[in-house]
Amino acid sequence: MMLKLSKDKIGELFQKLASSRTLYLPIDNNGQVNFGQWTPDAVVRLDQLKTVKSAKDFFFPQTENIVAFKRQGKDISIIENRDQNEPFVVFGVRGCDARSLDILDKVFLCDPVDSFYKARRENGVIVSMACAEPEETCFCGVFGIDAAEPQGDVTIRIIGDNLYWDGKTEKGKALGESVKDLLVQATGQDLEIIKKQDERSREILSMLPLGDLSLDGFEESALLEKFNSPLWKELSQACVGCGTCTYVCPTCQCYDIQDFDTGHGIQRFRCWDSCMYSDFTLMAHGNSRKSQMERFRQRFMHKLIYYPANNDGVYSCVGCGRCVAKCPISMNIAKVIRALGVSVSV
Amino acid sequence: MSNSAGIADMLIPQLGIVKNIRTDTPDVKTFRVEAPSGGVIFPHMPGQCAMVSIPGIGEAMFSITSSPTNTEFMEFSIKRAGYLTEWLHQMDVGQQVTVRGPYGNAFPVDTELRGKDLLFIAGGIGLAPLRSVINYVRHYRDRYGLVDIVYGARSTDDLVDIDEIRNEWIGHDNVNVHLTIDRQQEGWNGHVGFVPDYVKELKFPTTKTALICGPPIMIKFVLAALQTLGFDKSQVYTTFELRMKCGIGKCGRCNIGSKYVCKDGPVFRCDTMEELPDEY
Repeated sequence: MMLKLSKDKIGELFQKLASSRTLYLPIDNNGQVNFGQWTPDAVVRLDQLKTVKSAKDFFFPQTENIVAFKRQGKDISIIENRDQNEPFVVFGVRGCDARSLDILDKVFLCDPVDSFYKARRENGVIVSMACAEPEETCFCGVFGIDAAEPQGDVTIRIIGDNLYWDGKTEKGKALGESVKDLLVQATGQDLEIIKKQDERSREILSMLPLGDLSLDGFEESALLEKFNSPLWKELSQACVGCGTCTYVCPTCQCYDIQDFDTGHGIQRFRCWDSCMYSDFTLMAHGNSRKSQMERFRQRFMHKLIYYPANNDGVYSCVGCGRCVAKCPISMNIAKVIRALGVSVSV
Repeated sequence: MSNSAGIADMLIPQLGIVKNIRTDTPDVKTFRVEAPSGGVIFPHMPGQCAMVSIPGIGEAMFSITSSPTNTEFMEFSIKRAGYLTEWLHQMDVGQQVTVRGPYGNAFPVDTELRGKDLLFIAGGIGLAPLRSVINYVRHYRDRYGLVDIVYGARSTDDLVDIDEIRNEWIGHDNVNVHLTIDRQQEGWNGHVGFVPDYVKELKFPTTKTALICGPPIMIKFVLAALQTLGFDKSQVYTTFELRMKCGIGKCGRCNIGSKYVCKDGPVFRCDTMEELPDEY
């Protein structure tokens, strides 16, 4: 059932949502918009199409404590001190980021389950938001994502003076219950307005420059052919190995585990890592991916061939376009797909 | 989901106590580790690995060199190669360590290897994972056919666990041990030469199933040598080691193509490697 509230009551909605759980939404912080915790004086930017970092932080944080230790002489004690997490809402997640959680689920929830991620998934409610004005770096449609009506526990649309609220899952409906005083039922006229926006959004998406990317040829049977392609050298030539693409990527899931001496003991934590870095695979006897070309190739082979091979053909990209916007040398997955796809002759 | 000890996440380790340290070579020591209450920390199968750590120093993946048939203790043969292994080499008996695992698949000792004539080929510290299989096979001797072991190292000083080889393996029923060192040394009456060449010289019949472990370059040349002798890749198993952090196929670094060495390996039958890129 489609519900709505008047846009001028949006502050009340946030207040109410935040009263029973932590509310995260896109907030402007010194000119950068990222998901952050809502406070009454936060500069909320639901109009910002893309936050700098994706919403994956709330489920797979950039750093998180795993376990602590104390060492005394020859003795070690193991102290379970995982970060606790409580119910939370991530509000205003775009269709690309909402889909990225499915991709991360396949990694972290497959056996053996990552209990840290699982706890966050269970505690988190996703309120996704339809994209009215997709940008030229967007290509979510290539991966079958409908930005006009994204997945999520609740999907909202902001059109004109109204916010439309569509509770989809049990979790989403329960969240709707908690703010039902603010919501009223949408009318038939509202549904017409929504339909129009959805159509317009899909039309924009179909006209975007990256909307026609073809994934033909990226299949498991082409693994060796793609791996051995001479094009990697040229594609990776300018890569500086900064790893920005992996940090802004909503589906990059590689992590490191490190120990930190706090002065009172040892804290073991995990943090995001990047296959673009030379010490990612460095071992005492050498490095299995010695050159930046090999590391660059790994990242795209993983997203377009390896991950799908292990996950029923699902690609590990959602077309959010952050790498397109952020790469300092303007290299990105879209260019790789174009270069290595079947439609281009070598 | 919990691991074999009921611990809430596979990333959280358990305690072990170092009960014995044996110096095998100038840069390899074998550490005997028990659970605080005695016995193994968790059961494993031959070829599986474990993450061993000194908190604050590091954590790394090592193959469990003891046989699963040994339920009193676990053993790790560790070459001194970096920061953590240097620390491990300096520690004394009684030191506690953390251990998590077991990780990865195992050599198919109870299925594909049953009833077969087995040919073990190891170089240097590469003996560590195979030693677990060899002692498993010796324990269940009647389940397997002839056993040949080709083992080589740079010098006599670099042969790992030579006492067990001399005192227990040589002379065991239908177990033939072929030792080799890279260069001639005084007092050595055995074979001199690299492992792949020795394998070719020994002209093993192709009825055997081979298990290889050593440096990546040795694995490649031994596989080629076996193919020269007429072996099919499907008769050859090997075990790999790449950098690992999680051990459960999630941290993203130990893949060869679409396979994670920590989860889908470390043991691979060589014919299945044909579909994977040469990136190891």
